Amino acid sequence: MSTVIRMIVTRIALGVGLLFIVSLVIFWATELLPGDLATQLLGQAATPETVAALRAQLGLNDPAPVRYWAWLTGALTGDFGVSLANNRPIAELIGARLGNTVFLALYAAAMSVPIALTLGILSALWRNSPFDRVANAGALSAISFPEFFVAYILVLWLAQTGIFPSMVRITPSTDFGDRVYMTFLPALTLTLVVTAHMMRMTRAAIINLMASPYIEMARLKGLSPLRIVLRHALPNALAPIINVIALNLAYLITGVVVVEVVFVYPGLGQLMVDAVSNRDIAVVQAVALIFAAAYVGLNLIADVLSTITNPRLMHRR
Amino acid sequence: MGVAITVILGLAGLFAIAAAGRFAARSTLRGAARRAVNDMPLTAAFGILVIVIYAVVALTAPVLAPFPEREIVGTQFEAWGAEHWLGTDRIGRDMLSRLIYGARNTVGIAFATTALAFVVGSILGIWAALTGGWLDQILSRFVDALMAIPALIFSLLLLTIFGTSVLSLILVIAAVDATRVFRLARAVAQGIVVMDYIEAAKLRGERSWFLIRREILPNAVAPLVAEFGLRFCFVFLAISSLSFLGLGIKPPTADWGSMVRENATLITFGDVTPLLPAGCIALLTVAVNFVVDWQLYRASGLKE
Amino acid sequence: MTRYNLPALARSGVSRRGVLQGAAAVGAAGLILPGTMSRARAQTRGGTFRIGLGHGSTGDSYDPGLWDNLYAQTFAAARHNQLIEVGADGNLVPEVAESWDSDDGITWVFRIREGLTFHSGRDVTVEDVIASINHHRGDDSTSAVKTLLEPITDVTADGQNVVVTLNAANADLPYLMTDYHIAIMPAVDGRIDPNSTDGLGGYIVESYEPGVQATLTRNPDYWKEDRAWFDRIEILSILDPAARLNALITGEVHLIDQVDPATIGMLEGRGVARILSIPGNAHYVFPMDSRAAPFDDNNVRLALKYALDREAMVDVILGGHGAVSNDNPIGPANRFFHAEMEAKTYDPDRARYYLQQAGLESLDVTLAAADAAFSGAVDAASMFSENARAAGINITVDRVPNDGYWDNVWMKVPFCASYWGGRAVEDHMFTTGYASGSAWNDSFWENERFNELLVAARSEIDEDLRREMYYEMQEIVSFEGSVIIPMNNNYVMAVANEVATPERISANWNLDGFRCVERWWMA
Repeated sequence: MSTVIRMIVTRIALGVGLLFIVSLVIFWATELLPGDLATQLLGQAATPETVAALRAQLGLNDPAPVRYWAWLTGALTGDFGVSLANNRPIAELIGARLGNTVFLALYAAAMSVPIALTLGILSALWRNSPFDRVANAGALSAISFPEFFVAYILVLWLAQTGIFPSMVRITPSTDFGDRVYMTFLPALTLTLVVTAHMMRMTRAAIINLMASPYIEMARLKGLSPLRIVLRHALPNALAPIINVIALNLAYLITGVVVVEVVFVYPGLGQLMVDAVSNRDIAVVQAVALIFAAAYVGLNLIADVLSTITNPRLMHRR
Repeated sequence: MGVAITVILGLAGLFAIAAAGRFAARSTLRGAARRAVNDMPLTAAFGILVIVIYAVVALTAPVLAPFPEREIVGTQFEAWGAEHWLGTDRIGRDMLSRLIYGARNTVGIAFATTALAFVVGSILGIWAALTGGWLDQILSRFVDALMAIPALIFSLLLLTIFGTSVLSLILVIAAVDATRVFRLARAVAQGIVVMDYIEAAKLRGERSWFLIRREILPNAVAPLVAEFGLRFCFVFLAISSLSFLGLGIKPPTADWGSMVRENATLITFGDVTPLLPAGCIALLTVAVNFVVDWQLYRASGLKE
Repeated sequence: MTRYNLPALARSGVSRRGVLQGAAAVGAAGLILPGTMSRARAQTRGGTFRIGLGHGSTGDSYDPGLWDNLYAQTFAAARHNQLIEVGADGNLVPEVAESWDSDDGITWVFRIREGLTFHSGRDVTVEDVIASINHHRGDDSTSAVKTLLEPITDVTADGQNVVVTLNAANADLPYLMTDYHIAIMPAVDGRIDPNSTDGLGGYIVESYEPGVQATLTRNPDYWKEDRAWFDRIEILSILDPAARLNALITGEVHLIDQVDPATIGMLEGRGVARILSIPGNAHYVFPMDSRAAPFDDNNVRLALKYALDREAMVDVILGGHGAVSNDNPIGPANRFFHAEMEAKTYDPDRARYYLQQAGLESLDVTLAAADAAFSGAVDAASMFSENARAAGINITVDRVPNDGYWDNVWMKVPFCASYWGGRAVEDHMFTTGYASGSAWNDSFWENERFNELLVAARSEIDEDLRREMYYEMQEIVSFEGSVIIPMNNNYVMAVANEVATPERISANWNLDGFRCVERWWMA
């Protein structure tokens, strides 16, 4: 167990370093983008004089390292500053949206992970049966449509008929039941998008082990196929499965901007895209760090679980 | 309704041809090829048939397409008819011709991108798992840093900086995909490098490259192949999502991902036009993964 | 379905007194809806009006100088008033300014209406008006209309009057004061607070989440008796065109903008909403850098102007909701629109002829486009490219990212796509986009005769002479200018049947001049 604790401590320390690197990469990439906040805010209406005046007002004339340093010292003391585009405190901008994003991710995960695992295990158990083929073809078809397109089709079927709303209008005061109802379509869209990946990895990881000598042994002992899959193959197949689940959970938090746009869901993805196109670096940085932290955290959990499930990794020579 | 029936009949027809093809192959082939065909399920035969058809279409696009890829030959959104079998698109180009050219462009780009991502990602991933220590830490943390930035937004940043030529599109999507492959390859390889036969090979004094190539890769290939099948189709989706944000492949080049996006609003009114390119992507995805499943099954060594 | 209604005044000439005093007509073509569709019935109070717009971003600024999209404009129109409003038929309608006058066109006197109050309860004073104008002037101003207000040398108070002094006579100053940026806001120590949402308009802001939604409730003390019929307004930002359509179809919103032309027919077939298609002055443009080869040769520019099929573009890109333009930035809704110019048609032979005049056999140019320029810009560029090939002109379409388009592409590459919202007065349009040295002269075009006429026309008193001058300027821009203007786009919006609209809808800007919030009502 001490291996695991040492690993967690190291990884958290590394994670903090990672966040620092991410903030540098994001700052540098945003700097490389053509234009800055002043030209983006003024858009077509920009003239040299107004741009110069706005730059001075926003403090954009300082060299990049100075601005990065100012941001970093602020962030380290917990002050992420204000959005330069409209002077709103970033904590206020992000607060409700972070909650929305996490809610949608958990909602979609709560539907997709059980479905994916069940389908994956059953497909592996009844491999090459009609069930396997149909489940596979269905899951594959679902992910071969772009997200926005899946969303449009669901809206056509389930919203235009009046069963679910076509867009999500939630406020902080919306109660849980309404939230679940209104967010059903985006969550279902995401479920369709991520299930196939997890399901296929589960199936592949289990089948990959089915020819191993110890499975052969179990089979010769006369164990039932279900028991072999659940008790013998699955535990050893957990590492890749956990990794794929972690990847997809991270995706549900960080990568759902398209679904947010289609369902007008006020999440972090839309905020990040807007901030990038405004070159509003303080907001970009804050959201990027949240995404990075979510990602690092989920991966840490995945790696810890993989290690725990594989004694050979626990006692590495 | 008519469309649904056409689709079902079309798929049934493809299955029938695939079955006939498998039968023909079984009766003509000899040796190892014969054995491979013998245990080939019908779905795999179907997958191979579809892939062959796509390849033929892609290679002979200029011959097959009734109209040039970019020329305006009709009015906006003409209905399906004798002259334009699948109608015309929003500026009056022939839909069928664009789908045919789309096969060439889309499949070519997706294949190049996925192959590149896998070569780079899996070799680095296995190397990291094998070597461990600081190299593993540095590579893994670097990949983590890249992956921690959402793929779509990262692609958007990179493409805005480097421009949206086909080459930069391939490189950017491959770079983003390679990080995902790296992570999977490393996870799989971690389970393998602790095996006794690797220990033995290390003690024999084999070098890393030999270990990767001869000992680890063959044993890690199954999950990687499974991933390949999915990543391949994710490239279409990435291009489609990028065109949602106003990037993607430049006109007048036809590609399915952008074609779905261009016509997507029509689905709101139950019009099937955007289903055509989306269906092309879906059919290919299913076909590729059927073949992948068959290979996966063969690789697993199961003989039941 | 739609037809123009040109006010008689526009053609018969307006007396100088008329121009300078309030209710003069701009020859703006309002839209008269056919009687069967929507008869003006007695307006009724009440209801919640929900608008879904394809604009708005989480980074939208509160600062009036930085309002730049339809969301900000509509939201502003709901909570603010201006000095002067442009009426549905293009007339100037007194708003915060009760009347205005000038003897020489240099010194303008605006009389401020008494008894108006802000939502916060404070009275509206002359100082508030001065601060609201000054926010857009001066060296440290960051306003988008700073250039527009540059001719103003001084703004002072005189009792209940605001006196504006210009550096040269300009008969059109009252029109400039209708610009949506110049909202009247409360001043503290001579400056407005750009982050405040306090105004004197028909609705009071209840909540606002930039890029998501704004909720407003009716201002019970609104000074206009016959306006602001709804109890509540909700303005939602719905960027995705299909999501907007779905929101309208499922009854989540009552009004959407930017209806995809390809789907208009199908939407009408649903019977839940009607399409309003308002011809205005907005136009799509392909500016060419007149300093750069090959566009420095007018023959090359003419060749390109004859090498595109304008009719087809109106049909395909606008779905017929617009009109062919003859490379003329002055639209049919303008007072001095020159409709009798020789029309340019798609004529590959003629294009070839001009190429030969330029000493060229064929021509290779790159046209940069992104849908950020205007919706359908990439398709329009592709069509242009296909049309031009018949004339031996090879146009390579370079689809560039939407992101950063105005900063990175527009006025940076020699040939690209662009968009103008159009202007209510000719001088405003020409001065902004075509005067030599103007910051937005996106073709970097200079023409001596044009510049002379521009200055002369600005202070010309005789209406007929003025018209002659503007006609000549339009001909110069059309046949010697360096912009290709294929079409005037209508403002296309879809309105749910529950909402009633007045008989005439303004052609000055989208959504009834942004005033749908206060002019429309529940049916």
